[in-house]
Amino acid sequence: MPKITFIHANGAQETVEVEAGNNVMQGAIAHRVRGILAECGGAAMCATCHVYVDEPFAARFPRITDAEDAMLDSTVCERKATSRLSCQLVIGSEHDGLVVTLPAQQI
Amino acid sequence: MGQPSVVIVGAGQGGFQVAASLRDEGFGGRIVMVGEEPPHPYQRPPLSKTYLIGKTSADALLLRPRDYFAAQDIELRCGERVAFIDRAHQKIGVASGLEIAYDHLVLATGARPRTLDVPGETQDGVLSLRTLADADRLRAQLRGVQDIVVVGAGFIGLEFAAIARQFGARVHIIEIADRPMARAVSAETAHFFCSAHQAQGTQFSFATHLTNIIAGAGRVAGVETGDGRQLRADLIVVGAGATPNTELASAAGLAVLNGVVVDENLLTEDPAISAIGDCANFPSSVDGRRQRLESVQNAVDQARCVAARLAGFAARFDKTPWFWSDQGDHRLQIAGITAGYDTSIVRGDILTGRFSVFCFRRGTLLGVESVNRPADHMAGRKLLTHKLPLTHEQAADGAFDISSYAAGRMH
Repeated sequence: MPKITFIHANGAQETVEVEAGNNVMQGAIAHRVRGILAECGGAAMCATCHVYVDEPFAARFPRITDAEDAMLDSTVCERKATSRLSCQLVIGSEHDGLVVTLPAQQI
Repeated sequence: MGQPSVVIVGAGQGGFQVAASLRDEGFGGRIVMVGEEPPHPYQRPPLSKTYLIGKTSADALLLRPRDYFAAQDIELRCGERVAFIDRAHQKIGVASGLEIAYDHLVLATGARPRTLDVPGETQDGVLSLRTLADADRLRAQLRGVQDIVVVGAGFIGLEFAAIARQFGARVHIIEIADRPMARAVSAETAHFFCSAHQAQGTQFSFATHLTNIIAGAGRVAGVETGDGRQLRADLIVVGAGATPNTELASAAGLAVLNGVVVDENLLTEDPAISAIGDCANFPSSVDGRRQRLESVQNAVDQARCVAARLAGFAARFDKTPWFWSDQGDHRLQIAGITAGYDTSIVRGDILTGRFSVFCFRRGTLLGVESVNRPADHMAGRKLLTHKLPLTHEQAADGAFDISSYAAGRMH
């Protein structure tokens, strides 16, 4: 299964395995990774699963939709070029080794 | 004295969030959550959307993995019904006979689908859609049915209708008002969705109601409406609103008026009991009027508010409500409560299916309904949250950048 590493705002890291076909948010929730709230359940409605996708993986996901773009403009922590909503990042084998950094806050 | 105990009645989105937020806030006392439904706490919104078509699995609905609760030291009792609240002794009784003491009790009992009170309602083939069990029953029956009557053109009925059309069934919606979502959205938004559903082949009968359900061979065969028509139906889905689950509160002597009555801190008249989510009737932070809202956002934000108070960070509840509904290819997002508007201003183009309706009352923005215009929705949430004034002229000016204005980047 693809491995994803989450880097917390304080620098702590955890690596989890996520089944292909699930998204990064689901992987975080399933492994009780703190710092991802996902209160809308993955509908791109709440902007509480914000992550920064480390290069070189940023380019390996589908581009940002209008809905996600609007939500990203409303994240609590600064939006960067690598900002994504983790519920929109579906994991495949090409994402094995993915590293995402978590913002300090989601709400 | 040891750490206080918090008991939560209801393990839906709101009840779950109280428990999770208490632990996130560092609350170290006992947390017990009692839920009537057998499954672990799960999300309801996908039930009328992706779950029905099989795009979302039952496990993906879970709010947290099953081992989360033990790991967080949250005592989760699923599939158990609370029988009574004993306020004098600060304890609840579970139907199995167990009694659980509380220092603070949170009522997160939710709501249940309104029944129709017409003959034939208990026959096979008459279903509602609120719980996972409802959705599983519906999913099992969806394949193979030809004629579906949906009672009620609210969010649930419309979301379901859009899914049912994908299965190829004929869908007829009966609605007592003269347009869909009549209580929730403006005439412009209602008419857009009416046309969109009609374009997908869904039929509507407005300003009428169901008077009778006609029995077939062991299953429904059709319905009769108040305007004297008969419609074929081998499946009837009732989406006629919800009734708050207030019986426990009533029996315990708490005030109930379209929900458990709470103050701006979400406390009942008993300082040891709070109520949140679909079952709570609370004063609006905008105009003080009492309201009861059925939404994920309301349940989650109220849960957080109560958890923060119990963890020692008191705050009144003043969150801006928001809602969403996916119907076919269209996403409706609502910021604020637009009911009671006197002026509506459309931005974008209704014909292209990307527009927002800004609703005002006496010059003040009440809310924004966005159809496939998520940026307007987020701007609306910010405008309402920060109480930024917006004039009719600004709303009507297509060149005025509402997103920048709402983000405070423009004065």
